[in-house]
Amino acid sequence: MKRLIYELSESVRIAFAQIRANKLRSALTALGVIIGIVAVTLMGTAISGIDTGFQNSLNMLGDDILYVQKWPWHDVEDWWNYVGRPPITPELATPLNAIIAQTPNSLLEIAVPVAGRGTTAKFNENKVSNVITFGTSADYSRILNVEIQEGRLFNETEDASGRRVCVLGYDIAEALFQGRSALGQQVLLNDQPFLVIGVLAKQGSFLGLMSFDNQAVVPLEAFRKSFGTRRGAELRVKMKDKNKLEEAREELIGAMRRVRAQLPGERDNFSINEQGAIKAQLDPIKSAIAMAGLFITGLSLFVGAIGIMNITFVSVKERTKEIGTRKALGARRRTILLQFLVEAVSICLIGGVVGLLLTYGMVLGVGAAFPSFPADFSIGLVFLSVAVSVVVGIVSGFAPAWGASRLDPVVALRYE
Amino acid sequence: MSPSPVPANTHRVTRPPGALVIDIAGVTKLYKMGAEIIHALRGVSLEIRRNEYLAIMGPSGSGKSTLMNMLGCLDTPTDGRYMFNGKNVAHMEDDELADIRNREIGFVFQTFNLLPRSTALANVELPLIYAGLPAHARRERAAQTLHDVGLGERMLHKPNELSGGQRQRVAIARALVNSPSIILADEPTGNLDSKTGVEIMALFEQLYEDGNTIIVVTHEEDIARHARRIVRLRDGLIESDAPAV
Repeated sequence: MKRLIYELSESVRIAFAQIRANKLRSALTALGVIIGIVAVTLMGTAISGIDTGFQNSLNMLGDDILYVQKWPWHDVEDWWNYVGRPPITPELATPLNAIIAQTPNSLLEIAVPVAGRGTTAKFNENKVSNVITFGTSADYSRILNVEIQEGRLFNETEDASGRRVCVLGYDIAEALFQGRSALGQQVLLNDQPFLVIGVLAKQGSFLGLMSFDNQAVVPLEAFRKSFGTRRGAELRVKMKDKNKLEEAREELIGAMRRVRAQLPGERDNFSINEQGAIKAQLDPIKSAIAMAGLFITGLSLFVGAIGIMNITFVSVKERTKEIGTRKALGARRRTILLQFLVEAVSICLIGGVVGLLLTYGMVLGVGAAFPSFPADFSIGLVFLSVAVSVVVGIVSGFAPAWGASRLDPVVALRYE
Repeated sequence: MSPSPVPANTHRVTRPPGALVIDIAGVTKLYKMGAEIIHALRGVSLEIRRNEYLAIMGPSGSGKSTLMNMLGCLDTPTDGRYMFNGKNVAHMEDDELADIRNREIGFVFQTFNLLPRSTALANVELPLIYAGLPAHARRERAAQTLHDVGLGERMLHKPNELSGGQRQRVAIARALVNSPSIILADEPTGNLDSKTGVEIMALFEQLYEDGNTIIVVTHEEDIARHARRIVRLRDGLIESDAPAV
């Protein structure tokens, strides 16, 4: 063991002397590895960044919320079985909550009706379109998974009386009031005046598609008066324990069937949706993209590996006589093998470290230029690419190094 | 190397032979060159003792190089016995042979075979690295050996900064540094001008007088004449084995 460490340290010394002696050649060979490592780590960064962004988006939906809706979130082939379902109305929340209250050890906490509609918000000359306005009850505070940055949510009195008050999403408040406080101002939603009583903190966008900061929340009664409820609504049901999702879902299905007075054997005429369903649907796509991306970028690393193998073969050929001399002076097979292997691994490691630094710089740059892009440069990535560099060095250096170690000293010494 | 370079011939010292170092009996070596089989050695027997100064001579194709490779444990015989310091090396594995070469044999090559990018000191340290000596010990020993061959001042020069004679002195220091049982020199003056050749042969003479065992392989009579014993090969057999006159 001690002997091996001694030989290794000597090999490292020889390898670096050799790399110094062939600076240009070593640099060009390392470049192949650098490009490979940059490609792979950038792809890894992007994939894990997208994954993080995806998870953040899903968390906006709430990981402890079940959505009772007419349509499921997954694609359906037999749409005709769904289209005839009765709409989910906000009124269903009352009997549902009564059942939840009666159920001993219920896994459900509360059901909150939410009706929504796209509209335009105005304040003086400023205008924001595609604002999603939610009409809901005062219980909305219990399912809200974002801080209220300023002001408050409406209370039960305002809810019951249908007062025209609203809580604005962060982006709308920014766009309409441009840094000034929105509290106490009148905004027009669908040309109806609403008093701003609160502003939500920034949440970011969902899968980069739709912004959760682009919402306005108003009391359900006020929503009904200003927008009508023909389009139906949804019920958001909060679970007590998000780890008992399946049981909670079963309980909710039972409770909804009672509310809807469905007969045994009859198919559910509602759908229970949750974020996991989206995840389950998108995960295979996501991992397919990740696999394809890593495979394609992995090819560039493969090219780098071939470069290493090539240069190690050249190095062995060039130094055949030196190998003969070293063997004559008492170098064993393992010593020669190690010498060339360490040289290949050293070039790969240098390439790997430089590649990592480049990637790190690029990720910082991208992060500075596009703050919303969820690039994720992790310490795991560092270890992974260093490990990959070492493996590439060993795999591609092995064949030539093995050949060198097996050279017949008589033949090698005669080589010119 | 035309005019006889050794005035020392007249009053030279001959040391009494010591213990048996090399004991070769009935050694043959066959090579396959395509379909043809070449008998490089056809049954060679040879004893070499400590404190000998031996020259091996022969025209090309005589089996001289093959015998040298065999003596240097770079190659193993097809058949026959080869005892080196009482150890049977005829059937040793590569790595065992490498250890024998490292400890027991100091090679001096016609083309010096120094590592071009390493200093004289680093070149001389090489066998000590393979012997597993710690850095400071091997530096000390390599420096001392370079000093002994008269290169104490040029230890940190690289081969291309040294003259041919100096390079061969580095190579000789490298051969000596691990205190081997034999020094095996293959045409050591072949790449040197005659004046430098004389200097190198004088160094060998001195090494011999200091108690080293030296085997010189050469095709030049003038070089062989420095030795105390000359073995002549022809067609894979020993033609003659006699004291040098």
